[in-house]
Amino acid sequence: MAFLELKEVRKSFAQNVVVQNFDLAVERGEFVSFLGPSGCGKTTTLRMVAGFELPSSGSIKIEGKDITHLRPNQRNVGMVFQSYALFPNMTVAENVAFGLKVAKWQASEVGPRVEEMLNIIKLPHLATRYPYQLSGGQQQRVALARALAVKPQVLLLDEPLSALDAKIRISLREEIRSLQRKLGITTIYVTHDQEEALSMSDRVVVMNEGRVDQVGVPFEIYNQPKTRFVANFVGTLSVLNGRAVDGSRVEIAGQTVAIGRGLGNAAAGAECAIALRPEVATLEGFGGQGATMNSADRAERNRLTGAIDDVAFLGSVIRIKVRIGNDLLSLDTFNNPGVTPPERGTPATVSFSPADVLVLEGK
Amino acid sequence: MTRREKVNTMKQSRLGSWIALVIGTLYFVVPLVGTFEFSLRMRRGEYSLDAYRSVFADSNFQDSFLYSCGMALATIFIGVLIVVPTAYWVQLRLRKLRPVIEFITLLPLVIPAIVIVFGYLRLYNSSSMIPLTAEVWSTDLLLALSYVTLALPYMYRAVDTGLRAIDVRTLTEAAENLGAGWTTILFKVILPNVRSAILSGAFLTFAIVIGEFTMASLLNRPAFGPYLQLVGANRAYEPSALAVMAFVLTWACMGLINVFGRAKQTKHAG
Repeated sequence: MAFLELKEVRKSFAQNVVVQNFDLAVERGEFVSFLGPSGCGKTTTLRMVAGFELPSSGSIKIEGKDITHLRPNQRNVGMVFQSYALFPNMTVAENVAFGLKVAKWQASEVGPRVEEMLNIIKLPHLATRYPYQLSGGQQQRVALARALAVKPQVLLLDEPLSALDAKIRISLREEIRSLQRKLGITTIYVTHDQEEALSMSDRVVVMNEGRVDQVGVPFEIYNQPKTRFVANFVGTLSVLNGRAVDGSRVEIAGQTVAIGRGLGNAAAGAECAIALRPEVATLEGFGGQGATMNSADRAERNRLTGAIDDVAFLGSVIRIKVRIGNDLLSLDTFNNPGVTPPERGTPATVSFSPADVLVLEGK
Repeated sequence: MTRREKVNTMKQSRLGSWIALVIGTLYFVVPLVGTFEFSLRMRRGEYSLDAYRSVFADSNFQDSFLYSCGMALATIFIGVLIVVPTAYWVQLRLRKLRPVIEFITLLPLVIPAIVIVFGYLRLYNSSSMIPLTAEVWSTDLLLALSYVTLALPYMYRAVDTGLRAIDVRTLTEAAENLGAGWTTILFKVILPNVRSAILSGAFLTFAIVIGEFTMASLLNRPAFGPYLQLVGANRAYEPSALAVMAFVLTWACMGLINVFGRAKQTKHAG
């Protein structure tokens, strides 16, 4: 039995359905991220687990106990908010102690627990400060300590890093992950930042328009997206539209592309779309992945010819867009100081392995 | 426009502002200075504080002032008990009702006090179903409640502004998530964070209650307002002294509102 279980959870506000048929089983100690664009229902789902929203139907269970209709203060679920939500009238130590006092911990136990939590977040020297005297990153660490102090069964984090600057975001996400591993607490993390979700999670739930599009480990989500939405939302993806030639080949702008995974039941002549990640394609004659291949590998690769549409120099990486028919194919190549990037308009040949071609289903 | 012309235009507009300021100041200050000066002329041929001494020596002054202070405190207490939970709940769950609530709280500004008090007398007279005017204590209660009504527009706005300045919903959810019930949330989280707003409303309420005449007079209670009227009708210099004292008291209240307002701003500046 899963530790946290959401079964056919649905939520609607009047006629507007924001979450539908949401099924998820989270194991004890697992770190699961809800990833999706604004309005996809990820925060609403999290709020239903926290008890701030009541599902229109379905059930939520923790360790087999149905908590669907329990009040938020009866759930033993810790939550960290995007806006920190520290109590402005209380010091850091008082904020951390709040939940313990509410839970009627012995006075002799509250102090050491607060101290322990402040040590964990490495802010014991700020115990007497007020929230307005702390930076955003420090406030969020205090919020994390406050949520964890009461030893919740599940930790919920609602876009906790989105209000912070890039550098702090990266260091704090590493801290959150290592803390979660250390405490072994079951965690649900809501984010619209794919890098955050992929780098921190054991599993990622990609949501779109209130539905779960795909659940999987980050590697699977990135490399084997099940829907066109997942493929587009997670990472950069070039979509090339064409027609099926047979079960394993597609015609793109008059050129044939072999597909390693096959097209399934697509009939010859049927419209279909394939997709490529920027890192799997190589611009022939411009170094990169293809330059180090043996001739057998090289012969198996697909080749598409087109013209350079755009060249973006990103420092260590150069992102080149090649126009193939009506579509653009993006590819990344490492910067080589000895090789000048190609110019716009020059003819180009892009090669890629049939195994790296993704076939997109759905919209 | 040349630089010199621009400078001249700026100087002219500044001059206009200064003239407006001086006229405004004179309009407010001259009567005050006149009243103050008159209040010092009780002793023939020289300035003295005799009028103030006379006021302070009058037992009716002390009694009525203390009575009104007591009523003001009762009004503030009842007002806070009614307004804070209402404004909090409107902010948290009933946002759509905000315009309705705001309209209701504005009614005491639109309906004259005399209309309200006649309504009370019809509803709560000694031969009615709820004879609040039959006993002294119940009439005092009715007066305090009528003061709550009068101060409602000010108290509600002060508290509502304070609540809007904090993220009520998230703070409530954070406290609830940590296991807190409604009483803990209201008294430990919300009230301390709107304390300066409540104090602002309290000082405004205090200033209103201290000078209120209509309600106290028609309910026949020995408040400071009717005392001011009585002294004004029968004495020469004491009314001026009382006017100056009332003015100082009101401005002291305004000053305290400012002090607490600033303290709050400084606290949130970080």
